[in-house]
Amino acid sequence: MKILSIVDTAYRATLEEQDDTILWLNHALRNNGAEVSILLSGNAVNYAVRGQDAAGLAFGDRRVAHPPRLDEDLARLIAAKVAVFAVEEDIRERALPADSLVAGIEKLSRAGIPEAIERFDQVWRW
Amino acid sequence: MTIGKNLTVAIMDPPYESATTATALRIIDAALRQAQVVTVFAYEGAVSMTMKAQQPHANPVKGTTVEQEEHPTTKDWIAGLFALARQTGAKLDWINCGLCVDERGAGETIDGPRRGSPKDFFEAVKLSDGVIVIPTH
Repeated sequence: MKILSIVDTAYRATLEEQDDTILWLNHALRNNGAEVSILLSGNAVNYAVRGQDAAGLAFGDRRVAHPPRLDEDLARLIAAKVAVFAVEEDIRERALPADSLVAGIEKLSRAGIPEAIERFDQVWRW
Repeated sequence: MTIGKNLTVAIMDPPYESATTATALRIIDAALRQAQVVTVFAYEGAVSMTMKAQQPHANPVKGTTVEQEEHPTTKDWIAGLFALARQTGAKLDWINCGLCVDERGAGETIDGPRRGSPKDFFEAVKLSDGVIVIPTH
């Protein structure tokens, strides 16, 4: 069963959770044998930018001990043989430099999404 | 048209915050009325939907008492779904994602739901004729 998880919402509760809960869920599914792929769309394409640093957040003396490192989470998914796509137009619209992106991200044009979806048994949009 | 017998629904929204709650529960209700096997994977805020401590309240704007207002609680709606499953011979497996339960302190639930993990979601997906993911935003 080939599963495509489309991640469109970005930075939702990532500080509290110290990761993106949908990337996390899909990595957990992968660890349980699911053949998942990820498509980043909308603002979520920003996850692919290397070197993001959310460190330093504190409320009074309560500091966020392990800020999310979403670019590294993507790199770990790619290392685990999870295909990670990002919508090309969404990257361009956000002026994200091509050389700033995590290695291994595959760009997918909006026009190419329908054909790409056809390759999957399950398509879940989160 | 052949109607499949196994449905998995993943939900994420906490109670009282989104239109997706009633939509999701209506889909589940409809499936249970057809005596289907329905697995619900409650992820993130949705684990709060089954909290035993939910209480109805009065409505000072409308001037109603607790009894008059009869304010719904999602725990009662979901208890109703479990009762419906018993009546129709359907099966409802409501799984609250355990880590989501822990961080929200949502461990005290009504009878029926169980604690689970992404593994349970995947196992249910593998057995399902249809899967619906209702995300939050």
